[in-house]
Amino acid sequence: MRTTRFACAALLAATLVAAPRDAVAQAADQAQIQQQIDQLRREFNDRLTALEAQLAALQGGQPAPAPSAAQAPPPAQTTVDVPAGAAGAGGPSGPLPVYGNVAAGSKIFNPDMAVIGDFLGASGRNRVDPQPALEMHESEASFQAIVDPYARADFFVSFGEEGVELEEGVLTLTSLPGGFLTKVGKMRAAFGKVNALHNHVLPWTDRPLVTRNLVGGEDGIDDAGISVARLLPAGPLFLEATGEIYRGDASESLFRSSKRGDLAYVAHLRGYHDITESTNIDLGTSYSYGHNPAGIVNDVDLGRFTTNLFGVDATLRWRPLTRAIYHQFVGRSEVIWSNREQFDGRQRSMGYYVSGDYQFARRWWLGGRFDHSERAEDASLLDRGGSAVLTYWPSEFSQVRGQYRHTRYADGPDANELLFQFQFSIGAHGAHPF
Amino acid sequence: MRMFKLLLVFVLALPLSAFAQGKLNVVSTTEDLGSLAREIGGDKVSVTALAKGYQDPHFVDPKPSFILAVSRADVLIVVGRELEIGWLPPLLTSSRNGKIQQAGKGYLDASTNVRILEIPTGQITRAMGDVHPLGNPHYWLEPGNGRRIAQSIRDKFSELSPGNASYFAQRYTDFDTRLAAGEKRWDAAMAPYKGTKIVTYHRSWPNFMERFGLDVMGYVEPKPGIPPSPSHTIELIDEMKRQGAKLIVVEPYFDLKTPQAIATQVGGKVLVLAPSVGGSKEATDYIQLFDYDVNQLVAALKQVTGK
Repeated sequence: MRTTRFACAALLAATLVAAPRDAVAQAADQAQIQQQIDQLRREFNDRLTALEAQLAALQGGQPAPAPSAAQAPPPAQTTVDVPAGAAGAGGPSGPLPVYGNVAAGSKIFNPDMAVIGDFLGASGRNRVDPQPALEMHESEASFQAIVDPYARADFFVSFGEEGVELEEGVLTLTSLPGGFLTKVGKMRAAFGKVNALHNHVLPWTDRPLVTRNLVGGEDGIDDAGISVARLLPAGPLFLEATGEIYRGDASESLFRSSKRGDLAYVAHLRGYHDITESTNIDLGTSYSYGHNPAGIVNDVDLGRFTTNLFGVDATLRWRPLTRAIYHQFVGRSEVIWSNREQFDGRQRSMGYYVSGDYQFARRWWLGGRFDHSERAEDASLLDRGGSAVLTYWPSEFSQVRGQYRHTRYADGPDANELLFQFQFSIGAHGAHPF
Repeated sequence: MRMFKLLLVFVLALPLSAFAQGKLNVVSTTEDLGSLAREIGGDKVSVTALAKGYQDPHFVDPKPSFILAVSRADVLIVVGRELEIGWLPPLLTSSRNGKIQQAGKGYLDASTNVRILEIPTGQITRAMGDVHPLGNPHYWLEPGNGRRIAQSIRDKFSELSPGNASYFAQRYTDFDTRLAAGEKRWDAAMAPYKGTKIVTYHRSWPNFMERFGLDVMGYVEPKPGIPPSPSHTIELIDEMKRQGAKLIVVEPYFDLKTPQAIATQVGGKVLVLAPSVGGSKEATDYIQLFDYDVNQLVAALKQVTGK
């Protein structure tokens, strides 16, 4: 910049000194000088604008020019074209990099991968259901891709403190005739709402007491099976019926299959309606049946006992469209009845939770949950609890959450705990939960 | 038996009557694509747009009511470039509709033959915010791209409904003429303000601003998708003062508090523009969208530049 200025000044001075020779040419010379000055000014301004634009681009937070690796001349044979037929439709275009493997064009077909970390902390006292003070509770790896023109596959592998578990591994047939959406594999059953949700999309650090007492705890009904769902014609109303058959092994306490015929069944009916463009209601009823482990003595199912579960759920959502990223409310409740055969007779237990979550600013959520649940094995034992939750979202890909939880256990001292959670996600952008 | 025969006739007639109606059932993810589909399809199509023009197209809830719409679609037109990545995949999976799956005949990615800006080069990470690895997806805000989208739609409609091909071609020509007239109007109105420096909230406007020669010198968001921070806001105010930028363009779905504070500091103005058809009451179709935005911009620029 400074050199340009000097050059301009020197040129100007030179022209000015050299200009006036004789009186006759003076007028013409003046015009010429004026022209030269104008031209210099224009060049100077252009250069200044260009520099300013560069500066603004850098300060405006635009991605800086590619780092040195990209600037270095690429060695020969490092790119390959997008395979024919795979171009467009949101996929990459132009040459793709090859990393040491000539046939690496097939990398384009790698599934979308992501890892979600869930770190939990707990303080306070809980003698009935104690959690560790600090825990890398779960690292969930997901692999998702379209299999062929007829199906997609989704794998969720959960690395916990006790080992690795396949949380879900599902083939979804998307284009079957008759409108049947069919899933095959290991999956979270469509029983109610919370059972089908992965930990990282829950609005709390834990799961409600009713899940723990009546629906098999954190794992819930998560089993190998086949699910078929169909939309029922109901005009503007969304009505979906789901039927599922499972092997019959769900968590430690809920279902246990001791022979091939001991299958478990789940049925779910979901109705959804937009009340206005920003408010909607989502209602469901669920039923599940399977053999429970109460009658198993020394690995022999002497009792042949079964459990029937029945549930209803309701969700009310409010999200004003023009301020959708700042405010929303989700109110939800599930009531579940369990009917469990045991040696000492039939236990009829009931439990529910009611929760509300309000997003009051772009990054902040405030929520609460009330828990009430009898125990499946002994309906005379009633646990109750309440939680207040505050969540902060630095971005779409991470969140920090604190939860105060008070639990009044039927068979132990009250628990007062402060739980906190860090969640973070890397890799492919997953779909937003609804 | 008689009843059974009647029933059989009725059942057989059902799909026939659906064919006889002959209208293509079109679903678009945004109102802009919906409007272009109406321009080309006329009364041979019925169009449903999922996201409203006044809502942030990155954050749309995949409502079950959308599943209903997508399940009945013959054609699905999407913006692409990962704009709908947070909400379209679950709708496609649950749609039970093979026609509009990604490789299906009825799937149209409107971004395949348009001009895309800001395609990142080199290494990208989320430290840069919510960057779109396939380029800026707000490409529809430029009449030239609108024309190219309309061509794609015309070709797709003609492929699916060959009997109406000449009808679609004629509707396209008509739209093209009106768009060209509009372009003349908008270019003339914007001409005096070429090179004016402005600020926008999100990177929604690169195609629009490039077309009309406005120079976007900064953003209210420090990085795409990251809400404004105090330090960035102070830097932006200083920079706007230094470069003499006075106008802040905001999408209707962002909070106006920070932009207004910046405008007060620099003695400028906040202008809410429609980034999509339906983004304001006046922007009722694709051509009206530009009429509205250009009129608003010209009025605001007149005020801040005094030209």
